[in-house]
Amino acid sequence: MFSNNDSIGKTFFVVIALCLVCAILVATAAVQLRPKQVENKLLDSQKNVLAVTGLLAEGDIKELYIKHIQERLVDLNTGEFVDMDPESYDYRRAMKAPETSIKLDGADDKASIKSRANIAPVYFAYNDGVESGKLSAIVLPVHGYGLWSTMHAFLALDNDGNTIKGINYYEQGETAGLGGEVQNPKWTAQFVGKKLLDESGAPAIKVMKPGNANPTSAYEVDGLSGATLTSKGVQNTFDFWAGAKGFAPFLTKVRDGALNNG
Amino acid sequence: MASAKEMKSLVFGPVFANNPIALQVLGICSALAVTTKLDKALVMGIALTLVTAFSSMFISMIRNHIPSSVRIIVQMTIIASLVIVVDQVLKAFAYNVAKELSVFVGLIITNCIVMGRAEAYAMKSPPLMSFLDGIGNGLGYTVLLLIVAFIRELFGSGTLFGVEILPLVSAGGWYQPMGMMLIAPSAFIIIGLLIWILRTFRPEQVEKA
Repeated sequence: MFSNNDSIGKTFFVVIALCLVCAILVATAAVQLRPKQVENKLLDSQKNVLAVTGLLAEGDIKELYIKHIQERLVDLNTGEFVDMDPESYDYRRAMKAPETSIKLDGADDKASIKSRANIAPVYFAYNDGVESGKLSAIVLPVHGYGLWSTMHAFLALDNDGNTIKGINYYEQGETAGLGGEVQNPKWTAQFVGKKLLDESGAPAIKVMKPGNANPTSAYEVDGLSGATLTSKGVQNTFDFWAGAKGFAPFLTKVRDGALNNG
Repeated sequence: MASAKEMKSLVFGPVFANNPIALQVLGICSALAVTTKLDKALVMGIALTLVTAFSSMFISMIRNHIPSSVRIIVQMTIIASLVIVVDQVLKAFAYNVAKELSVFVGLIITNCIVMGRAEAYAMKSPPLMSFLDGIGNGLGYTVLLLIVAFIRELFGSGTLFGVEILPLVSAGGWYQPMGMMLIAPSAFIIIGLLIWILRTFRPEQVEKA
């Protein structure tokens, strides 16, 4: 068909044919594997919620999740529940899209996240199963910028909306072995039992220089050694999400008994 | 058809005799990034081996039809498509590893080893030989990555494949980890030392001054 590999006709033919083949290959892989990837993502998030409340056990994660966890959506500006299906809500997309989020700048943007979604999911954990109605923990999704990356975590609070039951950093890109240690259960264990807010209701968690935290203090935890900026990022995350632009309106409602009547 | 001996040398030659990192000093950037933990290094090595092998094979299959004026773009298209497929497969079947590696998997596209083999070998060799050449160079890359990751993870975090070997001071043990091992420059130093050792035992690898 073509006498010369370098003729214009042949060049176009080869490039177009190759692009078609590659496009079909890539599109097929993406479409075929999509359901499995979405499932993995959901399963991962469910696993992390279970882990932070201490409910993660052997067995089917999906079943455990349905049994113990109730997901609801909260309007962060008012602290009220929103009647929407949590399963169809994409929090990650909402926090970036201008119509579903507010812009943060200057002093407001303590956690360096640039924008914050208007509606956030919260998870209610019931140790004896959802139908028992006995709330054991409230899980809040929080995130903030560390040294290199946005660090995402689930923060579990006791049903008083103040005592920390656990924190689980499940997504971060900090230096492995230094800042990456935010994921280390040995480090996150020291948050357990600390109080998120002081008596006046202001964010109170203090991430200290390593070794300087007073173990009897209700607010102080040791930072990570060799990871000053990551530790600062954790501090900022707490300052923001426990504050007025974060979950404070919701947590106030929790303490006033919003969970008893709805 | 090439002899079995020739095939063997294609697969195992690049491991020590002609290692893509140690001798040709290619693919250094990813060798710095993914060697803090052994499991990451292993997955990255496997991914790169597969991409190099299959891209070399496909390029070799159509090598007589590639117009020389656009050959680099043609190679890139094939490599990029394979990398996307590998990334998608990892996300579907090895989600936890994919979460940590995703950025680096994307960077295989720019890894000089893949392009280097395509351009230097696959463009003038039959498909099977090119495939084996890709496997061999991938193996060479993987072995070097594993050696570096072994040293960095053991001395930096006191673990191997995440299993505790040296109990850390921060966890009540006796080992004070070397923070230096966890940052990229340590990989430069380790790779440098490895090249030195390799060239001491194989003086033929030393370049003429």
